[in-house]
Order: sequence, then structure tokens, then C-alpha cells
Amino acid sequence: MENILTQAKRVAEEAEVFMVTSEETPVQFEANHLKHIQSKQNSSIALRIIRQGRIGYATTTEPSNYQSLVNNAVETAHFGMPAKFELPPPTSYPPVEAYDPDVESVSVEEMIRLGEELIATVRGHTPDIVCEAEVTKGVISIRIINSRGGQANYRKSIFSLGIEGNLIHNTDILFVGESESSCHPLLESKAVAQAVLHQLELAKNRAEVSSQPLPVIFTPNGVASALILPLMTAFNGKTVLEGASPIGNRLGQQVFDKKLWLWDDPTIAYCPGSRPCDDEGTPSQRTPLIEQGKVAHFLYDLQTAALAHTRSTGNGSRSRGGLPAPSPTAFIIAPGTTTLDDMVNDIKQGLVIEHLMGAGQGNILGGDFSGNVLLGYKVESGKIVGRVKDTMVSGNIYQLLKQITAIGSDVKWVGGFLQTPHIYCPRLSVASKG
Amino acid sequence: MPPIEVIGHQLAEALNRYSADYIEARLEQSQTSHITYRGRELESIGRATTIGGNVRAMIRGGWSFVSFNNLSNLPGRVELAVKQAQFAGNKESKLAAVKPVVDTVLSETDKNPVTMPLAEKKQLLDEYNALIWHTPKLQTSIIGYGDSHKKVIFASSSGSYIEQERSDITLRLSAIATEGNEVQQVALSLGSSGDFSSIQGLHQQVEQMARRAVELLSAPQVKGGEYTVVLDPVLAGVFTHEAFGHLSEADFVYENDRLREIMTLGKKFGSSELNIVDSATIAGLRGSYKYDDEGVPATKTYLIREGKLVGRLHSRETAARMKEKPTGNARAINYRYPPIVRMTNTYIEPGSASFDDIIGDTKEGIYAKNWYGGTTSMEMFTFSAGEAYMIRHGKLAEALRPVVLTGNVFVTLNHIDAIGNDLKMNQGGGCGKGEQVPLPVSNGSPHIRIRHCLVGGR
Repeated sequence: MENILTQAKRVAEEAEVFMVTSEETPVQFEANHLKHIQSKQNSSIALRIIRQGRIGYATTTEPSNYQSLVNNAVETAHFGMPAKFELPPPTSYPPVEAYDPDVESVSVEEMIRLGEELIATVRGHTPDIVCEAEVTKGVISIRIINSRGGQANYRKSIFSLGIEGNLIHNTDILFVGESESSCHPLLESKAVAQAVLHQLELAKNRAEVSSQPLPVIFTPNGVASALILPLMTAFNGKTVLEGASPIGNRLGQQVFDKKLWLWDDPTIAYCPGSRPCDDEGTPSQRTPLIEQGKVAHFLYDLQTAALAHTRSTGNGSRSRGGLPAPSPTAFIIAPGTTTLDDMVNDIKQGLVIEHLMGAGQGNILGGDFSGNVLLGYKVESGKIVGRVKDTMVSGNIYQLLKQITAIGSDVKWVGGFLQTPHIYCPRLSVASKG
Repeated sequence: MPPIEVIGHQLAEALNRYSADYIEARLEQSQTSHITYRGRELESIGRATTIGGNVRAMIRGGWSFVSFNNLSNLPGRVELAVKQAQFAGNKESKLAAVKPVVDTVLSETDKNPVTMPLAEKKQLLDEYNALIWHTPKLQTSIIGYGDSHKKVIFASSSGSYIEQERSDITLRLSAIATEGNEVQQVALSLGSSGDFSSIQGLHQQVEQMARRAVELLSAPQVKGGEYTVVLDPVLAGVFTHEAFGHLSEADFVYENDRLREIMTLGKKFGSSELNIVDSATIAGLRGSYKYDDEGVPATKTYLIREGKLVGRLHSRETAARMKEKPTGNARAINYRYPPIVRMTNTYIEPGSASFDDIIGDTKEGIYAKNWYGGTTSMEMFTFSAGEAYMIRHGKLAEALRPVVLTGNVFVTLNHIDAIGNDLKMNQGGGCGKGEQVPLPVSNGSPHIRIRHCLVGGR
């Protein structure tokens, strides 16, 4: 890495070398049985330079071939965006715990046992269900050095446990599923299994809804599948800078219900999204995004922040080997005061949405979402009565979250990137074939 | 480092020194370049080179897969793969028999799109972006261009040794219009199997796209409910891919007895006019190849013929377990993933109706055009149109906000009551399954009409 930096400094004003290496072991179960054991080693190096004021960029998996890496970066710098930012000088980073050495020492046999146990519990409840499961352990190492002397490196461990089941009756297919992830080993399959059993219980009976606006409770999984993508896009500093975010010019204004609080937080110990610094070496911080329904801040990387005349929030992330861009690390929605039971009790006719399929396809920028209720239940006179099918809901998150009936007192992690309670909204358009 | 061909032969030799029911290895060397714009300015431009490989082994029906881009200890990787496979297996290994192949396949295009000067690529994107920005009320634009050139070496313990080259190009342009708190966007997705000229000269289409985004600001949203829907070839192609294509991937079916019953060959899915095909053998399409990633020759497979289920897509394992013929549909997005059953170029064969007949014959409905996205859960699917218009009394009427359609595949294919004579293939976008996204595919269809389709709305 130092070699590459030295070479790059000869042809550019500034340079930064980013290296990521990872080792990952997924153990996969198909049709209730162990199917696949994988082990994946991966490493890549990205070089970003500033040459004649412009950004050049190249990546490679071959560290020995640094001359062609530098040449590629120089070629792209002819056309690159003018650099408005300065690379971070040496700095200190917050202590963020994200590595547990115990993850690496979990044996493949133990991972097989966990998967088998998970499937056995679910099939013990519903023998006809066909399950796929995955147990994964992994370690990622990041190292960044730049021409201003800035340097950062950290390690992160990840362990995840997930199951999906399908239960077929004639041509009706019921999908259930749950997953959990952490930087610690998850050696208990019980919580994940229980969540699936709960879904199976609620979905035992079928129920019909009519096509009309109805009150809706989004479970934490439902919030993740229906509402989060438009929020992530709207709070992205880049969307704001372009003027394409509907809330871009509403900083400090009441856009959402007063009960809603949202922040981005990469500093929580042992969460999969946690890290001491972002992919540019900017220290991690907790950034409030919605406070009492008011727009509080947006997420920035170095370049976007410089263009917007603000500071990076430590949200520069590199996806698929690309240049850093603003991206959330972990979205946290604060709990409210209402229990799920109280929400359900409050509804005469309505829906509980656990999984909305295809919600990310509409006009996300405008906040529209629309999708098929892949897993959801009907509420009738204060009780969940059964699962709905052939049902589609459509709405706009800005209208929906302007007036929230209640926010749940429980919170749950979904997929390691979102912690949220249940959210209960007064009306959402429902179209159903019954 | 020695050339990849030399390492390929070393790896092939290493396979023979270990014992398993089956072992295969892939080595991949790729170059890519990308250019993205957000707004008027170029946002990111870059080049990447990658080299990596994997070993896959099967013992007693269990698979192990080891991927790496450190090529220093190849026998060690093979050894790990074999060791892990011993943990995974607990039944009999079954793979459909295929003849060992030794072959070298060069890229279809003689010009490698990646090595073209970046200045030439940028020039074209600059022209398109200028056109978008020329449109009044336009807020911003997003353009993503990417190309790749790959060489893949495949070797197996049954004696195959195949070198294949392929190129790919994708381009997606979006125009975003705003007024007050309203935001609307329209996108155009294009692609080709390496021929840069296929994304040139689209100035008129790009201009139209930008104008449409502005027009949508004043378009009404449709009321949710059941409609008769006419799909254009692009959207009908996505529908074919999402609603039916994924269900015909045998890995969903082969170990699921209930699903096997539902997907019994001979079962009626649609009218006798309905024919659905997947074929990797059509020259020049993004989903085409000579051999899949298990070294099986590509085929043309009828999935539905005259309305009846007649075939499905297989890997060597699913074919053997279902006692059907392998179809050469095992594909991996890159060396970091094992091959899984995937589509290639999937389409509805043309029927006899003209577009004017189909619209003229529709009293009230929605004409949905252009692709925005789509997803499926085997039974249920949703897909979204980039543009939509009301049809009233056999004529196209006012423009609508983009619509999302949803349905149940077992019902919806039966509700196709008109198939046009104007088949067109769409090369834009890519297919996702599991983590492996986006895989180059194409899909297509003539105009089709579907009765009783559920449309989301206010």
C-alpha cells in the first residue's frame, strides 16, 4: 500500500489508498437440508488521486500490479470531477467495538448445528414447511492511508443467522422468514425460530379485506420493506445537493409527525453497521436526521459536504468498489409509548404489514411506495384474524408519516441496518382481490 | 504473475490430485470501466481490473465452494474445497451427464469496449446529458454507464477445459423533474453484448424521456383496483421474466414436492396462443453464450408451448434430480459466486394481433409502458411501468403517474387474451437472484393484453 501511495504522489497532488480484505464462510441449507459450505477470500485496493485539481480513480485485486493501477487513475483524472475536499489529516477515532475474535473461532460443525436446530424447530411446528437457512461468519479488515499522513484501520466481525420458509397449499404459497446479525457469534437460534413460529401462527387462517383506505400497522420488518428506502434517499446529502430531495430545503421544519425521531448511528457497539471511521477516514458520529418530526440534518461524505458548504458526517461509503458516496450506516427510529396490543385493539378494520414486496420500484424520490403484501394480517375489531392475500397497498411516506397514530414501545433490529419499533398509521390505500 | 492461461492449466492439473465425486474450477480475469453523472457534472469515472478464481466440489450430494483472488496456493484451495464438501454431503451425488468439452470461445465483438478511450465514451454521455438538461422544469439527471470484458477459464474433473471471452455494456439514463413538492422521474435502460454502437444515436429517445418526466408532474394517479392492462414489449418482457421465468428455474422446484406438483409438465398455464421461450443461443443478445458456467452447451428451451408447461431451466444437478435434460442455464455473476440456475434471453413468441387491434378492442383499461423494476416470490409478482396511459373507448387517452402492477402467476397468464405480432427484445437492466445481481439477461415480448390485473393506486 505504501508503495502505491509513493508512486501516486509522484504524479498527483494528493492520493489515498483504500484496502479491504475479507474472509467469509456461509453455510447454506436448501429444502431443509445442508447443501453448501462456502469459503470466500477477497481483497481489493482502490486508489483515489487528485491530479490538476481533478479526481482520478482505479481499483484492482492485484497489489503487485501497482503501475497499471496508477496509470488507470491518471487516465480517469483527465475527466474526473473537480476535487472540492481535502483528505483527512492524522486524527483520532472514537472507540467503536465491532470486532469479536470469537466469531472466527466458531467451527463449521457448530454452524451446521445451528442451522439444523433452526430448521428442526420450525418444522416441529409446521412439518410441511420447506426451509432455506443460512449461517454466516466473516471478518473484514479495512485500511486507509493518504498523502496528508491520515491513516485508519480497523477490523469487523459479522455473524448472521437467517431462515426463510415456504408452505404450499394447492397453488397458495405462504412465505415466512426472519434473520438476525451481530458482530458477536449468535449461538442461540431460539429468537429467530420464535419469530417465524409467530408468523406461522398469525397466518394460519385466511382473511379478506375490501379495497378502501385502512389503518395500518407496520411491523419492524414492514417498516424496513416499505418505508426506509425513500427516507434513505431523501436524507442523502447528494440528493439534497441536487435539489431532488423533497425535504432538501426544509431543514428545521416540521415535515413529519412530532412523535418521529430518526438518526444514523455507526457508533453502537457490536452492530454490523458500526465502524470507527467511514471509507474516507472521517471519524464516525451519531447524526440526528429527524427530531420531533423536524428535519435535523442530512448525510454527507467529503466531496458532497464541500459542495454543500458543510462538514462530512462520516457517511462516505464505497459500494461495489466505487468512489465514496454518502450512505446511511444504521438507521435508528426511537421507540414510542404504545404496545402492539394496544395498537391492534384500537383498530376496527385494518392491516398489519410484515413484508411488502416490490415497494422499492415506484417513485422513491417523491416518497411514493406501492407493493404487494407478501406477508400481512387483517385486524378485525381489535384482533388479528388471519393472513391477507392478493392485496396491494400504495401511499406516500410524506403523507403517511405526517400523521402517525402511534409508535411502538418495542424496538427491533432488522438486517443489521435498521432499528425500529412498530409504526401505526391512520390510513393507507388498499387494493385487494380478497 | 504468469498469464491466466498458464494458471488455468496448473489449476486443472491440481483438480486431478484430489478425490471427490466432482470438482470444477473457474478462473476469471476482467477489466471494467464506468462513468456516472449526477446532474450536469460527471460524478465518478473509474477503471478496475480483477483477477480471481474458485473451486467447487461435490461429495455425497453436498457442495463446497471456495473463492479467492490470491492465486498463490491453488492446491490448498482445492484441498479446502474437498475437505468442506465432506461435511456437507449426506446422500448420493447426482449430476446430469454431459460430454467433456475442450474449446476456446472469443468475444462476439472484435472491439473491446473497455479499452476504448474514456474520452470517446464521455463524449456520447455528455451529448445525452446536454439534451436532458435542455428540457424546461427539469431538476436533475442521473446517468450510469458501465462496460466489462471478461475472460473465464473453466476446468472440471470430468475433463472439460473451456476458455470463454465476453463483453457487456449497460447504460441507464434518468431524468428527474420537480415542481413544488412533486418529484417525478423517467428512466431509459439499455445494454448490449459489447457493441458500443448500439448505445449511440439515441438522442431522440433521450429527449423524449426528459420531456415525459416533466409531463408526469401534471399527470393524475390512477385509482387502485382491477383493470384490463395492455403492456408494451418492454414491460411485457419484464412481466415474462418476473412472473413466469423465475418460476421455471428448476432450483426453486426440484427439492420442493408441493411445488413440483404445481409445476408438473403438461399443466395448462395460458391460452393456446401463448408460447414462452428461454434461449441463450441467439447471437448478439446480452443473455447469450456458448457454454454455461458448468461447461454445458447453451440451448433454446420452450417453457410454455401452446399454453402448456413443457420445460424448465436446469443446472446439471437439478436436471439429474428431476430426470430431465440439462439446458445449460447454470450461471454465476462472477468468480465469487457458485453457478445457480438463471434465465438467459426470455421472451413470448409473437402472435397475430396488431397493436392498433389490441387497443381498438379495449373499452377501458391502462396502457402501461417501459420498465422501472420488478420482483417475484414465485407465486406473487409485482412489476412497475415507467409510463402509463388510460385507454378509453379503444383509444389512448390521458397520461397517468407510473403504475405498479401485481398478480398471481397461476391466474394471470390465463388472463392474457391478446398477443401482438411485434416481438421486441429489451437489453436493458439485469437480473437479480440471491446476492447475484445484476446478471446480463435480455427479455422481450410483443404487445400483450391482460384482463383483471391488480393495479396499485390511491
